[in-house]
This record gives sequence, C-alpha cells and structure tokens, in this order.
Amino acid sequence: MSFEPSDKYTDSALRIGDTDPYPQRLVGEFIGTVVSNDWVNPEYKHLILKVHPHALKAYAGQMFHLLCPSPDGAEVWMRRPMSVYRVDRTEGQVEFLYKTEGRGTRGMAKLGPGDDFNIAGPLGHGFKLEPGWKNIVVLGRGVGLATLAPLSQLAAEHGVGVTAILSARNPDVVMSKELFEELGAKTITVVDTDNSSAVENVETILEDLIAKGKADAFFTCGSNRLLKLMQRLGEKHHVPGQVAMEQIMVCGFGACYVCMRTFKVDGKLTLKRVCRDGPVFNMQEAVGW
Amino acid sequence: MVDLSVKIGAITLQNPVQPASGAFSWEYNDVIDLNRLGALVAKTICREPRLGNPTPRMAETEAGIIQSIGLPGKGIEYFLDHIVPEYAKFKPPLVVSVNAETIEDFAALAEELSVPDVDVIEANISCPTRNQTGGNFAMHEDYTRDCIRAIRAKTTKPLWVKLSPNAGDIVSIAKAAEEAGADCLVIANTFLSLKIRTDNFRPALGNKFGGLVSPALKPIVLRMVYQVAKAVKIPIIGIGGVTKAEDVVEYMLAGATAVGIGYAGFRNPTALITIIDDLEAWCNERGIKKVTELIGAVRDDDMEMDTLVAASAGV
Ligand SMILES: Cc1cc2nc3c(=O)[nH]c(=O)nc-3n(C[C@H](O)[C@H](O)[C@H](O)COP(=O)(O)OP(=O)(O)OC[C@H]3O[C@@H](n4cnc5c(N)ncnc54)[C@H](O)[C@@H]3O)c2cc1C
Ligand SMILES: Cc1cc2nc3c(=O)[nH]c(=O)nc-3n(C[C@H](O)[C@H](O)[C@H](O)COP(=O)(O)O)c2cc1C
Repeated sequence: MSFEPSDKYTDSALRIGDTDPYPQRLVGEFIGTVVSNDWVNPEYKHLILKVHPHALKAYAGQMFHLLCPSPDGAEVWMRRPMSVYRVDRTEGQVEFLYKTEGRGTRGMAKLGPGDDFNIAGPLGHGFKLEPGWKNIVVLGRGVGLATLAPLSQLAAEHGVGVTAILSARNPDVVMSKELFEELGAKTITVVDTDNSSAVENVETILEDLIAKGKADAFFTCGSNRLLKLMQRLGEKHHVPGQVAMEQIMVCGFGACYVCMRTFKVDGKLTLKRVCRDGPVFNMQEAVGW
Repeated sequence: MVDLSVKIGAITLQNPVQPASGAFSWEYNDVIDLNRLGALVAKTICREPRLGNPTPRMAETEAGIIQSIGLPGKGIEYFLDHIVPEYAKFKPPLVVSVNAETIEDFAALAEELSVPDVDVIEANISCPTRNQTGGNFAMHEDYTRDCIRAIRAKTTKPLWVKLSPNAGDIVSIAKAAEEAGADCLVIANTFLSLKIRTDNFRPALGNKFGGLVSPALKPIVLRMVYQVAKAVKIPIIGIGGVTKAEDVVEYMLAGATAVGIGYAGFRNPTALITIIDDLEAWCNERGIKKVTELIGAVRDDDMEMDTLVAASAGV
C-alpha cells in the first residue's frame, strides 16, 4: 500500500467478489454496483443494487444505512436509513424504493447504472410472522409501502395469505401493487381523490376482513392516522400487530441514541431506539408521532 | 512488523486507536472485531436513569453535524450489572466515562465504578450542554482542580480527564487537571453550537444547543493538543475529526499518545479497523518500527525557510 497525499475518508467496504473476512457477522459495509435507478412516478425512484452476498442476509422490515452521494458538491454528513424493498438472492441484488426529498435522496437519485454505492447493513429487527398466523393484513401509505412490500415475499415463503391495503393521494402514485400481487397478495387500493382513503372507509374494510377471518395480524408503516386506526381495532378485536417506525438516525447500531421514539410499555412511557430496538415494534406499544 | 502498542500510564493499548465515548457501544461487534481496538470506551454514565434530550437530537450543517443527546442511560446499577459484562467479553481495556452534576457525586460514582472489569475511569467533565457548575467543570480551572482532586481521592484506577474545547484557556485547565492527579488528558469534547431552521424559525435540535462534530475541527483540536503537550507531562488522547490513518499520525506528531474516533465510525462502520491497518502500513512504508516514535515528533524547532530571516527582521 502506498500513501499518496489525499483527504479521502477511510473506506474498506466489501465489493462484489471480495473475500469476506467476517462471514458470520450480522452486518457489513458494502460497495455495491447500481444496476438501475429508475423513476416509478414523479416522486419515487426504484434502485437495484448488485451487492456482495453477505448483504443478502437482509429480511423484511430490516434496513440499510446508505452513504448517499452529494447532490450539490457539498458533503452529505450522515447516512440515510432505507428499508429493503426486495432481496433478490438469485441475482445477488438488494432493492430500495425511495422518495426524493432532501439532499441525501436527491444525491441518491443521481446514481446511474455502473456507479458504486456504499451501504451498511442489514440493520435492526424486521417483521416476524408467528406460527399460528394464516392471513395477515398489511396497511400502508406513501413511502411506508416500501417498507411493507417485502412482507409479501416473507408471507409467501411461509404460506401465509396477505391482504394489502394500499393508500395514496391519487391512483397514479399507488406503489408496490404489482409486487404484492405477483407474490399472491390480494390488494385493495384506496385514494384521496375519491375519499376511499378516509379513515372511516379503511375502518370498514378492516372490520370486514376481521369478520371474514382474514386478519390474524396487522402490519403498518408510514401514517400516524392509519397506525391509530389499526391500534384501536387491534385492541378491540385482539388482533396483534407490528409497526415499522422512522426517525432521524445516525449510527444505526444502537450506540448514539439519536433515533429515539416514545413507546408505552406496561403502561409506562419510555424511549426506544428505532435502529436497534426496531425499526419494527409491537403495534400496541407505539405512541405515534 | 510494526509495534503499534502505546502506554498510557499503567495501561498498555495494543494500538493507539480507540472509539470516542458516546459514539460507540459493544453493539458495533455486529460489524467489526472489537478485539482489534486499542481500548473500548463506554458511553458516559450518570447515577440516575435518564431519558436524555428531546428529539431531534442531530442536525446536519454545511460542515458537520450538531448533536445533543443528553446523556441517556439506565443508571449506574444497570450499567454495572448488564453493560460492563457485555464489554468484559472482549480483550481491550475498558474505559468507563462518567458524569455527575456535583463534585461529590462525581467522586462517589467513580468509586462505585472502580470494579475489577473496569480498567480506566474517564471523567467527562466537559459535556457541552451541561453548565459549568453542573457537570461541565472543564470550563473553569478551579472547578476542574476540585473535581479531579475529589475523584482522585476515591479511586486508584487510572483516571483520564476529558477536556472541553469551549474553555477560554485549555492549557491552564489541563495543568489544573494534571496537578489534581489526572493520569491522562482526553482532548477534546464537542464544540457548543446552534443551528436555526429558516423554514420555521426554530432551533434545529430539541435541546436548542448541541455539540459540533466535524473533520473541520481537527486543526483546532490539534492545536490544543500541541499546546497542552508542551505544558504537561502526562499522556494525551487526541479526539476530533480523525477520519484516516494520517490523522492519527498528525495527532501523535503534535504530542498525543493515542486518538479517539467518533464521527468516522458513523460514516464508515468499519473505519476504525481500516485506520489501524492503514497506520501499520503507513509506518511500514517509512521504516518506522515503533509507533511511539511519532509521539511529539513534530519538527517545529528547525523551521528553515528563505523568508524566515526577512520576516523576523521586520519592515
Ligand atoms: C427504518 C427506516 C426505513 C426507511 N425506509 C425508507 C424507504 O424505504 N424509502 C424512503 O423513501 N424513505 C425511507 N425512510 C425515510 C428516509 O430515511 C428519509 O426520507 C431520508 O433520510 C430523507 O433524507 P433526505 O436527505 O432526502 O432528506 P432531508 O430532509 O434533507 O434529511 C435531513 C435529515 O433528516 C433525516 N430524515 C428526514 N426525514 C426522515 C424520516 N422520515 N425518517 C428518518 N430520517 C429522516 C435524514 O436522515 C437526514 O439526516 C426510512 C427511514 C427509516 C428510519
Ligand atoms: C452522538 C454523539 C454522542 C456523544 N456522546 C458523548 C458522551 O456521552 N460522552 C463524551 O465524553 N463525549 C461524547 N461525544 C463526543 C465524542 O466522544 C467526541 O469527543 C467527538 O465526537 C469528537 O470526535 P470525532 O470528531 O471523532 O467525532 C459524543 C459525540 C457524538 C457525535
């Protein structure tokens, strides 16, 4: 090794083909190669990344911490957390579905085929399917659907039936419908434009699913309103549930205590780390935001 | 083979690279081999269980992040029963950082933490968001002396003292800590700072003020390490903006015996290990057999340059 003058940060992430010094470790830092990064609608992009096999350990509800390139030449200081949208073990790829918002995601939107992309993970506790569950209900809105989508993969692997209620502003920005349906889920789309996404209507749909025995468990992400609804119905009908939470995050390992959210555990309010205690939590313990 | 080991008083570190308190936990074992680090440094512990500050606890700025965590933790009992055993599974020495609001409690805590599995007590007397008579004693020479003296009287463990870059004259404070019995000075904690959002006119952090963390601060902290190294005899650990092996070298040249790393481990979870490997390669390339040769080796006494004579002669 030779040390030329440079102010580059240290970087020792695993590239495709590198020998893995620690194959048994849960988490790694990887430099993947972008396969594609295309718009799915005016706000959201879908990134497919070829990665070292170690990264394929990821499962539904877990996340990666992404080192986003700069959108403007200035530094992006923190990584950005993103749920795994899909893990394709045969192709050796992980996928992300993301909304372009601030500097990090705008930088990410600039990535093109062949580009390097540094990701750390998989991190956190994801969704868990209990043995007795035969049918689950997934309810998500906006970017929450990116987090919930891989549940369809997990459920299909376990022979569990899925009803996915997809909420969006208008029919053009409904996401993940195909991904859910491909894997055998039944989908119900509700949108703001015809008021079908109103809480009362979604409540009717959920009550109906419960009555038909299609709701052994609830899953949600991305909307406080929908979380409260599922909590209320879950409590009323004794349907257990899981919620994926978001919060500004720094380390991703549970060390820095930045990504805190409030939870109610045994009647007492407390704070938990989204990155390590979650990002998936017992739905009834979540206080919302 | 390069000998990377360094000595800090009675403690030997296998290499001069260790994590910085609060930016690290045993949970990093998920991604790196903790047995390769120079030391393990636990997050600052307080006596009482604390939830910490309101969120957001972090915000990005043009040149780094500001953060205000508020020393959350489950209190000393939980720490001794559950967290110390997690660290004890690994080989490097365990440094336990501690903070209290009064000098008496500081000393009592240090005593209670002086258990066999704890190798070093690090007195965090520089938490930037605490006030100078309540936990942030490093803002003032006399408070520093009184606090360190009180702790020294209650523990025989090696005592490291983490200083504040926010104090007016860090050299006097460093000397006060040395006089009071510190075994090592950790320079420095974070820079008190503020960010205001222009969209809603509110401070960006839930706690309003936070500590700035950035590689841009390295030259400032390096200057402090250099000045303090000239004024004290005890070893120094340099902390601030280390992101690569050359930064370790730079701190050592300025007089540090070791470095602590926070931010770089957030950016690249594997950074500390890479920096250790690179440091070894860097020494190898230059035929440096012992990394300790670098300590204080800055060549500042033979600065020959053609402009020197003219400049010192004046106009
Ligand atoms: C576990 C988890 C999974 C996520 N999965 C996805 C996903 O699959 N697709 C997707 O589009 N988004 C997801 N998010 C949200 C995503 O992390 C933020 O949208 C993103 O960080 C915004 O970055 P930015 O630079 O574009 O925006 P900025 O607004 O410029 O970000 C500023 C800061 O705020 C943080 N931040 C802003 N909004 C959020 C948020 N909602 N949650 C967490 N941090 C935030 C950023 O990390 C950054 O530090 C997830 C968040 C978490 C915690
Ligand atoms: C999220 C975060 C939490 C921190 N918590 C502590 C702490 O509990 N005790 C302490 O002494 N320093 C704490 N620090 C300061 C670091 O130990 C270190 O001094 C600082 O980050 C500068 O080093 P760096 O530039 O390598 O990050 C914290 C820093 C960060 C970023």
